[in-house]
Amino acid sequence: MIREARTHVSRNEPLLFELSSPGKKGYQLPELDVPPVDAAEVLGAENTRAEIEGFPEVSEVEAIRHFTRLSTWNYAIDLGVYPLGSCTMKYNPRVNEAVARIEGLAWAHPYQPEPLVQGALEVMARLEAALAEITGMDAVTLQPAAGAHGELTGILLIRALLESRGNPRKKVLIPDSAHGTNPATAAIAGYAVENIRSNERGMVDVEALARIVDEDVAALMITNPNTLGVLEVNIRKIAQILHDKGALLYMDGANMNALAGITRPGDNGVDVMHLNLHKTFSTPHGGGGPGSGPVAVKRHLEPFLPVPRLKQQDGKWVFDYQRPLSIGRVRAFYGNFGVLVRALAYIMAHGGEGLRNATLDAVLNANYIRKKLEAHYEIAAEAPSLHECVFSDARQAKHGVRTGDIAKRLIDYGFHPYTVSFPLIVHGALMIEPTETESKRELDAFIDAMISIAREVEENPELVTKAPHNTRIGRVDEVTAARRPVVRWRPK
Amino acid sequence: MSTYPEQFRYTKEHEWVQVDGEIGTIGITDHAQRELGDIVYVDLPKVGAVVEQGKPLGSVESVKAVSDIYSPVSGEVVEVNESLADAPEKLNQDPHGAAWLVKIKLSAQDELSGLMSAAEYKSYAGAE
Repeated sequence: MIREARTHVSRNEPLLFELSSPGKKGYQLPELDVPPVDAAEVLGAENTRAEIEGFPEVSEVEAIRHFTRLSTWNYAIDLGVYPLGSCTMKYNPRVNEAVARIEGLAWAHPYQPEPLVQGALEVMARLEAALAEITGMDAVTLQPAAGAHGELTGILLIRALLESRGNPRKKVLIPDSAHGTNPATAAIAGYAVENIRSNERGMVDVEALARIVDEDVAALMITNPNTLGVLEVNIRKIAQILHDKGALLYMDGANMNALAGITRPGDNGVDVMHLNLHKTFSTPHGGGGPGSGPVAVKRHLEPFLPVPRLKQQDGKWVFDYQRPLSIGRVRAFYGNFGVLVRALAYIMAHGGEGLRNATLDAVLNANYIRKKLEAHYEIAAEAPSLHECVFSDARQAKHGVRTGDIAKRLIDYGFHPYTVSFPLIVHGALMIEPTETESKRELDAFIDAMISIAREVEENPELVTKAPHNTRIGRVDEVTAARRPVVRWRPK
Repeated sequence: MSTYPEQFRYTKEHEWVQVDGEIGTIGITDHAQRELGDIVYVDLPKVGAVVEQGKPLGSVESVKAVSDIYSPVSGEVVEVNESLADAPEKLNQDPHGAAWLVKIKLSAQDELSGLMSAAEYKSYAGAE
């Protein structure tokens, strides 16, 4: 019987467990050439087993095909626009990878004595100096493993400084337009969190802030530009209000790609901030490679930075552990070193002028999208957009279509969705961040898709609410998945 | 359209409280559950916890987001709706009734005057 023949791209893929058939294997071991050891005797019978129940048995080619097919289901920045707002999915230049694979860097071991890894230490020292210059801060630690880890490090530094002044204080203020990780950071650092509402321009209300800040406030954590993509133009006034009461200003630098080369947080009163190398400085995200969240501080916080610190001694780089005020290590060894190499490669390849251009292009691209889509989607804040633009689904909601539906329909058009329903202060948010990576041609293709979907919403809303239509799996039952999650496959 | 019981008082954060003597029953509004979407988890305080008006007393998690629940009144938690742990969907089905969250022994009755009436809340929620 001939069944419909289809290429693997449109075919669903069984689980490896389901492909299994007893006795198949993808390996061939050589003859044992050492005396055999009885595992049960050495480890204890209770710690050994002869069989793993349900363990998949497949041939080599079946394993290879299974994972290769799955890999073709991925969407990646190497395939097209990845407009996830707040995430800064910019292209990861291949030269970064080439540099990170230079033998002396790729094979360096953290236990090698300092005299043998002077080059690697120099990479870290240069990156620290570059990040300090870009942010206008005095010192940088490269240890934190990602953004939220950097936040925690930053708030612990603030706590240490305030403790040294005699009172760690009780509260951290967080605007409702800040990144969602900020409140968790403050809570884990032992502070009570107090939210402050944005004004109608989408910015921190300076008068309201002045009324709230008192001797109990340790710091304000501000995301600048904030999650609406709006610049906090009153940042200096905000810093002044905090400093007058002995509180500090923390800046979430996840959106530094809107500022680099144009303005420096350190010149605007920020005391401590983190950077996301996997955002602004083009290193891979998440599964593509570990993150990195360096923290930059002003001089008064420097004594508290994690140990060890790099320093020059007799013309050589050495690690300094003798720092009695330090909050201690926040990460094993010296941070995600391979990522640091990539970020330095990006910075040096661009130079100051190049980084400035990248920022200008990112802002230009976001504003191009805003301008083109404004006629079709409701813009969330009147204030000018920087590196991302946020719309609400107000017009589409009238036809029963929400932001999540539009995002799913976008998949049918071949694009990765934008960020859905965030920031929470916008009703049904569509948060779009193109980054400087995209050409006008690519942006126009994305814009055409968005406009086409807006038209579908008016003419045939069901087409959108039932999307995606061109994927192997359409709407998954995310409610049951969240209420009664099944986290492990079991044989039937 | 949502209806709002006359005997409730309402907060700007979309909670309601119904007072009977010195005990206030607290929940989230129908408008709130609609905005949140399908609720998948509810985190509530323990009996005996002391809560303050306007401060978080727990949180609800929907498929979209986690949101704090702000207490409409100050006092001590005397009863918690344990049935929500296994059936958070009740919050979508009956937010003004079976899916009440906690009962609180009020410590400051005069706080109630700062909350909204049903008519006030209706126009507030409608304008949002």
